[in-house]
Amino acid sequence: MPDKNQHEGLKRNRRPNKKFISGKKDPFPGEAPIPEVQLKKFQRGKKIQKLKNVKKRAKEFIEKSEMASNLAQKQAARYDLMLPEDAGFLEGDEGEDTCTVLQEDIAEAVDITSGAKYFNLHLNQFGPYRLDYSRTGRHLLLGGRRGHVSCIEWQTKKLMCEMNVMETVQDIKWLHTEAMFAVAQKKWLYIYDSNGIELHCIKKFNDVLRMQFLPYHFLLATASATGFLQYLDVSVGKEVAAICTKLGRLDVMAQNPHNAVIHLGHSNGTVSLWSPNQREPLVKMLCHRGAVRSLTVDKTGTYMVTSGLDRRLTVHDIRAFKPLHKYFLPAGASCLSLSQRGLLSAATGDVVQVYKDVWGGGKISKPYMAHRVRGSVWGVGFCPFEDILGIGHGEGFTSMIVPGAGEPNFDALDVNPYRSLKQRQEWEVKALLEKVQPELIGLDPGLLSKVDKVSFEQKHKERVAALGYDPLANEKFKPRFKKRGKSASGAVEKRKKKVAHEDQRDVIRKTVAEKLQREKERKESAKQQGMQWKKTALDRFKK
Amino acid sequence: MKVKVLCRNPDDFVRETSKDIQRVPRNYDPTLHPFEVPREYTRALNATKLDRVFAKPFVASLDGHRDAINCIAKHSKNLATVLSGACDGQVKIWNLSKRECMRTIQAHEGFVRGICSRFCGTSFFTVGDDKTIKQWSMEAPGYGVKEEPLNTILGKAVHTGIDHHQKEGTFATCGQTVDIWDEQRSSPIRSFSWGVDSFSCVRYNPVETELLASCASDRSIILYDMRESTPLKKVVMQLRSNTLCWNPMEAYNFTCSNEDYNLYTYDMRRLDKPVTVHMDHVSAVLDVDYSPTGTEFVSASFDKTIRIFPKNSGHSRDVYHTKRMQHVICVKWSADSKYILSGSDEMNIRIWKANASEKLGVLTSREKAAMHYNQKLKEKFQHYPQVKRIARHRHLPRDIFKQRRQLQEMREARRRKEHNVRKHSTPGSVPVATEKEKHVVTVVE
Repeated sequence: MPDKNQHEGLKRNRRPNKKFISGKKDPFPGEAPIPEVQLKKFQRGKKIQKLKNVKKRAKEFIEKSEMASNLAQKQAARYDLMLPEDAGFLEGDEGEDTCTVLQEDIAEAVDITSGAKYFNLHLNQFGPYRLDYSRTGRHLLLGGRRGHVSCIEWQTKKLMCEMNVMETVQDIKWLHTEAMFAVAQKKWLYIYDSNGIELHCIKKFNDVLRMQFLPYHFLLATASATGFLQYLDVSVGKEVAAICTKLGRLDVMAQNPHNAVIHLGHSNGTVSLWSPNQREPLVKMLCHRGAVRSLTVDKTGTYMVTSGLDRRLTVHDIRAFKPLHKYFLPAGASCLSLSQRGLLSAATGDVVQVYKDVWGGGKISKPYMAHRVRGSVWGVGFCPFEDILGIGHGEGFTSMIVPGAGEPNFDALDVNPYRSLKQRQEWEVKALLEKVQPELIGLDPGLLSKVDKVSFEQKHKERVAALGYDPLANEKFKPRFKKRGKSASGAVEKRKKKVAHEDQRDVIRKTVAEKLQREKERKESAKQQGMQWKKTALDRFKK
Repeated sequence: MKVKVLCRNPDDFVRETSKDIQRVPRNYDPTLHPFEVPREYTRALNATKLDRVFAKPFVASLDGHRDAINCIAKHSKNLATVLSGACDGQVKIWNLSKRECMRTIQAHEGFVRGICSRFCGTSFFTVGDDKTIKQWSMEAPGYGVKEEPLNTILGKAVHTGIDHHQKEGTFATCGQTVDIWDEQRSSPIRSFSWGVDSFSCVRYNPVETELLASCASDRSIILYDMRESTPLKKVVMQLRSNTLCWNPMEAYNFTCSNEDYNLYTYDMRRLDKPVTVHMDHVSAVLDVDYSPTGTEFVSASFDKTIRIFPKNSGHSRDVYHTKRMQHVICVKWSADSKYILSGSDEMNIRIWKANASEKLGVLTSREKAAMHYNQKLKEKFQHYPQVKRIARHRHLPRDIFKQRRQLQEMREARRRKEHNVRKHSTPGSVPVATEKEKHVVTVVE
């Protein structure tokens, strides 16, 4: 890549063709190469190939910024090669299927700390359970349908709080930190802190069935039994939007982590995409013949996996809104979840299956892993930055080891599982400062950085609509008031006539002149033609 | 069966002792950092807001003069020393770091018209209304010793300005003529005049040290070469220029402050058209000085404000004013390019920050990094309407605000009229004159 090497920073051409006195040659001349894969990973947007019709100063500016972004891309790619951790994996022996490997065997084979991450909680009184892992993956929230709520620091098995809200619990969700969580109870939405103290009871949010928390917007999106999709800004405690979807009971919900769009699944087999800025869905797509049972979106926002009552599992490309693969599951999947590295868990009855490479390559024929739990599964969720799948079911909770599920290297400035209290507080301040406004939620999160190609006319139209008049239209001629009867209505009309259609006069004059010219030519040619005819004596009587 | 499960040792991610800094492992994978653009935009918006919140440019006021300040000069070697001359003939030497007056000299009778420091910084020159040029030592006299000038030259007429050569012992004064003096002689070695009766300002070029420029009362700016006996060329403008200043980095450019509320940057080689017209003041511009980096300059105006212009921008980047500051007569940009000094009618010298929201003092490396990052963000998102609106907003005194609107209306009316005249004349008989061309009358070689 000789041309790319030109755009390096200070380190460019380190020892270019440096000759040793001994005549020895550098076996690795130039810079260490960076694999294409890594470079591609950090590529943002398209690279500009040629600059046509660009002025010199703009060209210089573009070239400079292009150089800077190239350098940043290379440095990031180099750093990527040096990341300390590798992802987990599970490989069977020859002829051994990985899906037949038992959890007990895995727990025995790995080290003690990892082995301890496979455990069961027998909670058969207040189940079935829904669960939520905090963004750092350190904390687990369990909500039993019959009112049991507990939060656990699950790696150290420390119980932070446990209570019974004495009401049906529909869903639970951590808010931006592990200090607060939201519980959708029978009637209203409640917010508790990590000690189990009720902070708020939000009566504006009633009959909530499912919740999603958008961490960068500090929005808690709730879907209710009455068909309302509501957004609560948890940083200021205000309802940002309440949208009546008119699509019936909303009990299937997922968020697109890439663009913060909420996906709702409906009983007629459609999936609708919502942003708080629009009363109508952004997109509505028919995914299943029967009702949608569960759906999930991958973290790059490219793929959506849905399962329906028609016992199908479909993978959609949500850039093109087209189905990629369709699978038939004999029992149908009730709960779906995607891990950070793209493993798909699907719960069918009391069996949880984990699939690998759901969208890459061809169709998959068998699961990567499988595990049977005691009761029917009510909620599944992968733990971020860990190879763990949490399963909430009728008989309690199971933490299952799924090698290769979690992202091995975290970014401590974004989410740090090992952060101290002080670090968490500092992070909270920073995160609140850069809270993204809900107005910026849309299908393309990078839209803000793109050139606004709305044509001038469109803009002008909007401006006219906003102002109520056309600011660019010519002003109407208003005759000045003059004394001595010159402003009598007739005189005014006369004066108006003088300037009437002034802008069109030139055109009219031109067309009239052209017309005359044509007429003249026609006459002349006719005359000449007439000359060619033989003249007769009777022609003299012709008029 | 081969299996590997993620298992991290917390010791690798947590600091060992509380004295250590926290460990921050990074992963720049874009998928771990969603909403890149909206978050950056939010940061840029915050940075712009904070910029306006912290915009407190006024640093200090140096009071002590008993009449309006007429001229300020920088010490040529020492950052902290500043000289100022007032309308009552008093010259004060200030120490900026202590913010106090070190020395007071009754230098002239009547106004101190000009003041300049010698290039070596050991002495300085003043000219006054009493027709004298006086050279003073920078050192204070001993205790009980009277303040006496090192040298006094009695001229024939009042000198209105003075500037010293960059490297040699010669200096130039202006009054009825532009005179070049040798420090050792009591009569000028050269005297230039080009049919004008008085000059208001003379300035040596900082790079081509033999070149001079002066502003004359017949609305012209005249260029001289010290080695020749006649002036080089002049440009006549529609209104008089008060002062001028050479760009210290691109010394072929100079900017002059004009009576018609504008400043004009000229290229010395092409005087027929200014490079840029800097508009924004609403009254006559009295003084101008470049920052030592040559990228910006500051102007002082009769409208009681000072404005900072980027060198190639038609409008100002910032405007400073206070309730108590009256007509600003002289202004200087400090040699470390961080501060601006303004001397005004109500006997005060004010110290301003050149960047209104800059943090003073030593910055830690993290502060510096954050500052650079914010700077870049502001630059990147500067054209977004929300950001632009906040960054552009300045509070102005009501008079100036009104006057500005009035001027805009006048300009618009003039444009409209010109347009109408053109519409009703034979095509080509009323040519379109650009803003740059309008203000130049002639160039005489």
